[in-house]
Amino acid sequence: MSTDVAVRVEDKLFYNRYQVDPGRAHIKVRPHTTPSPQLKALLKACPARCYELNDSGQVEITVDGCIECGTCRVIGEASGDIEWSYPRGGYGVLFKFG
Amino acid sequence: MIEERFDAIVVGAGMAGNAAALTMAKRGMKVLQLERGEYSGSKNVQGAILYADMLEKLIPEFREEAPLERHLVEQRFWMLDDKSHVGLHYKSDDFNEEKPNRYTIIRAQFDKWFSSKVKEAGATVLCETTVTELAQDAYGKVIGVKTDRRDGEIHADVVVLAEGVNGLLGTRAGLRDRPKPENVALAVKEMHFLPRETIEARFNLKGDEGAVIEAAGTISRGMTGMGFIYSNKECISLGIGCLVSDFQKTGETPYGLLERFKQHPSVAPLIEGSEVKEYSAHLIPEGGYNAIPELCGDGWVVVGDAAQLNNAIHREGSNLAMTSGRIAAEAIFQVKSRRDPMTKANLALYKKMLEESFVIKDLKKYKDMPALLHNQSQNFFLTYPQLVSKAMQNFLRVDGTPKKEKESSTVRSFVNARSWTGLFGDAFRFARAWR
Repeated sequence: MSTDVAVRVEDKLFYNRYQVDPGRAHIKVRPHTTPSPQLKALLKACPARCYELNDSGQVEITVDGCIECGTCRVIGEASGDIEWSYPRGGYGVLFKFG
Repeated sequence: MIEERFDAIVVGAGMAGNAAALTMAKRGMKVLQLERGEYSGSKNVQGAILYADMLEKLIPEFREEAPLERHLVEQRFWMLDDKSHVGLHYKSDDFNEEKPNRYTIIRAQFDKWFSSKVKEAGATVLCETTVTELAQDAYGKVIGVKTDRRDGEIHADVVVLAEGVNGLLGTRAGLRDRPKPENVALAVKEMHFLPRETIEARFNLKGDEGAVIEAAGTISRGMTGMGFIYSNKECISLGIGCLVSDFQKTGETPYGLLERFKQHPSVAPLIEGSEVKEYSAHLIPEGGYNAIPELCGDGWVVVGDAAQLNNAIHREGSNLAMTSGRIAAEAIFQVKSRRDPMTKANLALYKKMLEESFVIKDLKKYKDMPALLHNQSQNFFLTYPQLVSKAMQNFLRVDGTPKKEKESSTVRSFVNARSWTGLFGDAFRFARAWR
């Protein structure tokens, strides 16, 4: 039980339906050279694992799998690390059960 | 700008928004409700348990029409360590009554139905519309909303902010702060589908009876959090939530916690062989009474999760949302009936009425609980569950050790872990916060 469980979040997101709004990311990461502690926390705290570290060590976001919970806003908006809006009306995750 | 003017605009179509829109429309007010999802419910996430009493006040005949899952006859509280659970179970045939008190529901489906009642009452419901900003006059009075539609500014006498826990509008307009990481929990959930007979057999249910399990302990790895397992007709809602500040501190992943919860030996047999059909996540307000923001101002009121109205101890949120939405609507209607302007002073009637209701009274009762649980999460969610499990095992395992020795070894394990002062201090603090 204490050992870490390997989880493929992509498999979980695959259950969901999305209406992707190409070219209009509703969350943006502020350009940076070294990620702040807040940005680093998002790598783990985002339940859809939208945040990844790129090869040069910066935090990047891909919003396609976002389930719009707002956790990253609560962690990273106050410090200016990210900009957060809701997707345009009708776009984003479409819950069947919720 | 849209020329048509409304008595009230409701932002959001969750429990609070629907209750507010329905109540005002029923009183003959001209109501516009805006929802960003493709239909009302498609963005809404909850466990979910519905409390009948609060819905009955809005739609007395809801039992005949609403998509309800199971009426609850059993509640199980589990304290978990890695391999065991110590449980407090309550099941009663009294809950098999003509008008049951609690039901499980599936929010996307329930909210769609709730919204149909709002439309029937005469409100205009506009979906696929994201409100981007509040429209304010030169004095800061809220006069309407701006949306992402072309020419999307719409005016009304009052705006009801039912935008949910992660509401942006109030923050953007400077009416309240964004939630702090220590005042919200992140919960993740999966929908596990199984044949209904399998669910009934595994939970020992007959017909439409339902059971819920709420579990706390080592599954949250020392963080302030809880797991839940709710039986629906043909699926099980299973999830776990912990404070965002704890996720931030520990670097635990929400999906990692969820997987471990599913693999717990007390949980795994309940969902074995199921087909998962959705994975969702949502924030839950956990700050309690001390985190409630300003509830009204010139031209606006805030209701439901957006106002942090959630009783984390009793895990009640949707009923507080519904009630605050209804009360806000009644207050607005009274102000309007007197032909008074929608000023902060006049809308303070909503605050006054809410303070007289169970909503604020309950939150006030537990105002010190969040701080206690948050500051002592290691003790309450890790140390005690492990100690209690060990004590139970020691009590039950028959191995030739005299009972007196067993008892003193259990007492010793508690004292070693927390010390006498620690134990009495915890008990005292808990009792005082509960009072």
